[in-house]
Amino acid sequence: MSAVINSNAEHHTMIAEFERLLAQPMEAAAAQSLSRRGFMKLSGGVGGGLVLALAVGLPDQASAQGAPPQVPFAPGAYVRISPDGKITLYSKNPEIGQGIKTAFGVILAEELDAAWADVTVEQSEINAAVYGAQFAGGSLSIPTNWDNLRQAGAGARAMLVAAAAKQWGVAESELTTADSNVIHAASGRKASYGSLATAAAALPVPADPKALKLKDRKDYKLIGKRFTGVDNVSLVTGKPLFAIDVNLPGMLYASLVKCPSVGGKVASANIDEIKKLPGITDAFIVEGTAKPANVMMTGVLPGVAIVGKSTWAVFSARKQLKVNWDHSTASKDSWSDYVVKAKELAVKPAGDKVVKTVGDIDKVLASAKPVEGYYQFAFVSHAQLEPQNTVAWFKGDSIELWAPTQLPANSLPLVAGIAGLKADKVTLHQMRVGGGFGRRLLNDFVADAAYVATKVPNTPVKLMWTREDDMQHDAYRVGGFMAYKGVLDEQGKLAALNAHMIGFEDPVSKAPTTASDFGANEFPANYLTDYRASISRLPLSMPCGPWRAPGSNTMSWVQQSFFHELAVAAKRDHVEFLLEVFGRKAGAAPQAGPPGLNPDRAIGVIKLAAEKAGWGKPLPKGHHLGLAFFFSHQGHIAEIAEVSVDAKKKVTVHKMTVACDIGPVINLSGAENQVQGCVVDAMSTLALEITMENGAAQQVNYDKYPARRMPNSPQVDVHFVQSNYNPTGLGEPAFPPAAPAICNAIFAATGTRIRTLPITKAGFSVA
Amino acid sequence: MLRLNVNGQERTIDGIADDTPLLWVLRDELKLVGTKFGCGVGQCGACTVHLNGQPIRSCQIPAVAAAGQKVTTVEGLSASAQLTALQQAWIDHDVPQCGYCQSGQLMTATALLKQHPKPTDAQIDQFMTNICRCGTYVRIRKAIHAAAAATAGKGGAA
Repeated sequence: MSAVINSNAEHHTMIAEFERLLAQPMEAAAAQSLSRRGFMKLSGGVGGGLVLALAVGLPDQASAQGAPPQVPFAPGAYVRISPDGKITLYSKNPEIGQGIKTAFGVILAEELDAAWADVTVEQSEINAAVYGAQFAGGSLSIPTNWDNLRQAGAGARAMLVAAAAKQWGVAESELTTADSNVIHAASGRKASYGSLATAAAALPVPADPKALKLKDRKDYKLIGKRFTGVDNVSLVTGKPLFAIDVNLPGMLYASLVKCPSVGGKVASANIDEIKKLPGITDAFIVEGTAKPANVMMTGVLPGVAIVGKSTWAVFSARKQLKVNWDHSTASKDSWSDYVVKAKELAVKPAGDKVVKTVGDIDKVLASAKPVEGYYQFAFVSHAQLEPQNTVAWFKGDSIELWAPTQLPANSLPLVAGIAGLKADKVTLHQMRVGGGFGRRLLNDFVADAAYVATKVPNTPVKLMWTREDDMQHDAYRVGGFMAYKGVLDEQGKLAALNAHMIGFEDPVSKAPTTASDFGANEFPANYLTDYRASISRLPLSMPCGPWRAPGSNTMSWVQQSFFHELAVAAKRDHVEFLLEVFGRKAGAAPQAGPPGLNPDRAIGVIKLAAEKAGWGKPLPKGHHLGLAFFFSHQGHIAEIAEVSVDAKKKVTVHKMTVACDIGPVINLSGAENQVQGCVVDAMSTLALEITMENGAAQQVNYDKYPARRMPNSPQVDVHFVQSNYNPTGLGEPAFPPAAPAICNAIFAATGTRIRTLPITKAGFSVA
Repeated sequence: MLRLNVNGQERTIDGIADDTPLLWVLRDELKLVGTKFGCGVGQCGACTVHLNGQPIRSCQIPAVAAAGQKVTTVEGLSASAQLTALQQAWIDHDVPQCGYCQSGQLMTATALLKQHPKPTDAQIDQFMTNICRCGTYVRIRKAIHAAAAATAGKGGAA
């Protein structure tokens, strides 16, 4: 990606394979989309029939005897229109709760000019040859598919128009479309898409999808309106949508018990006793296939596998399992040790690796009395509600899986390697994902299932993690530390900043731990004349991975908390202080172009949030405001928390005002839902931590990791700028500003600066 | 042999261990997978079903303890194709995100409306103890109020 995009934290911190997917420049991602893949390749009328059938299902049955055969119109992999008028749209990326299945359907239907009531949206197959990159991560589904989905819809619409023009002997230019109909206003004729399907299927596809005329924004009938999720009826009636819901004839159930200290191996276990337990069909020691340097990505951890006739038989057998663990290879990590070591390192003005230097920061620091802040943030768990699971069916020469993954493409070679097959012998059915938050960009649970399946060939097996497995073997949000020194000039303006981060690295490879990095262009690197960003790293074996806005979710908290400290020290209004810093580069960014941090968009949302939250105006007694802004995932978002704090340090968040510039909103209901969820998740995470001692997480279920519940959920007011920039996703960017906004409001209410997460360390709780 | 009355139907299940939680009988034996496994310790509420109309964490009671009693799962919420007022409110207010917890949330909310047809926010806070990791609480609350309003005066439970 370009240097400009690198200005936010998360692109430095993604796992390597994910980075490879992200590394395609945005333009190339759009270019690779339609012409080479989902449209042209699968099209071509009769000639493409077989491919079509494979891609989107078998053609409808011929109609009643004697009548000409009716065929569906399926110009590619995204749109299928049956002669009876049913329109099926295919969503290529995993649905993890971010609402992509609905949003993709809306984009396709808009350009197709379909009536939403005619539309069904289905999860597509996982097939890179047809769909290109398929993943749910980095809030990238919308920005990387905005163009190709609009083209797919517009191309299908153009062919339906061409079919009607031919049938009626009129010029295409005389025809319009609306609500799944082609209309000839001059003659009052109207034909439904379904009635045109057979004729349209015989036409050539548009030669150049990019030449298709897309709708003007003012003509949108669907994009920007409110849609309820396309799976909501199935969800409220309990239909099977998730991998954990898959039931196959003769299916067995399995569990893989791993060492609580990550990386420990099995020295011995009472396997023979386990095998004799009721309902148990097999048990065996797993040596493990994962490489120690990156255990989560490369395969299966060592442990004991138990296979049986029901989930409960297997879970019960686990309680009888006695394992003598060999801890020689296990993690010895201790959070309490890290806290001590980081504090020692933090006294150094610069870390081992300097990522950015501007001017002469040491000279400025020597001649001034800097404002100082030392911040510490805990490890946290994803704690997504559906525990890891996968159904795998090894058939000797092929393997079939049903999995809740965010990155299906990576599971194919991983499974192939484990099963000793070529990747094209692996079929993965993408299931709805019961919470992602980044955890399921790693496919370790898919690997577990594939491995166990190879040991019980020709039998489908559902591999289940317990909640304790899930929290004990998470790919945690990495903890960390930041030491800031900021210098204000005589006018109280931010003159210089020194930022020394203490993060983590792999003890063997020395690779930075996921999300434990410092971007060279992190704000405010490009806004100051004297600046230094550096990082020191401590060795860490605990597996860490992407966690909702990786890197950004903690960078935002330290940075935006410290900016408030600076504003307070300068005796300046926080809104005015932030606006002044961004104002130094106002007008400097191009209006279009690379989706990096744009100071004008930042200024826009900060002003909007301040206006909507009533910044500077009287508040109810005891209420106080706190502001934060953060740019991540192409989203510019400012949030203002309105809180009160009682005598027992219980924090109530009454309202969160959120101003977003994410480009055009696709589904207004879905977008607001994501923002509301981000705020609640941030409030939840403020009070949570995973600590580890001797390489083992100390909190392994919700009793010790009390994720937020219903009471005191705040009012969340969401305001969208609706700019004309390329749209971005909203699963992540509304998360990072929420926690610092709340902590800044707590300072306003109490005068106590929270520099350690969770906030319970300072005696606070969130009501 | 275990006999259960689930969603109005008499079901018999053979060969299960006496300590098998109701959750796993529903999911593995009866293939009623709308009831979800989340934590196994009664914390998250994803496994909530009704036992004689009362909401219970089905991971915490042995199936044998439910023998001869009335079990209702999300699949049995509406007797006909017609959705209940709560299910409809869930759709109208676009409550779910990932959706995994939502059947449990609905079962708890259904029981809440039986006890308190017009619940206050405080009653909602007290009753709705299920975890939603996506944080859809704001919408769950709205949907409960909407269903209560829709049902008011019709004399029927949601």
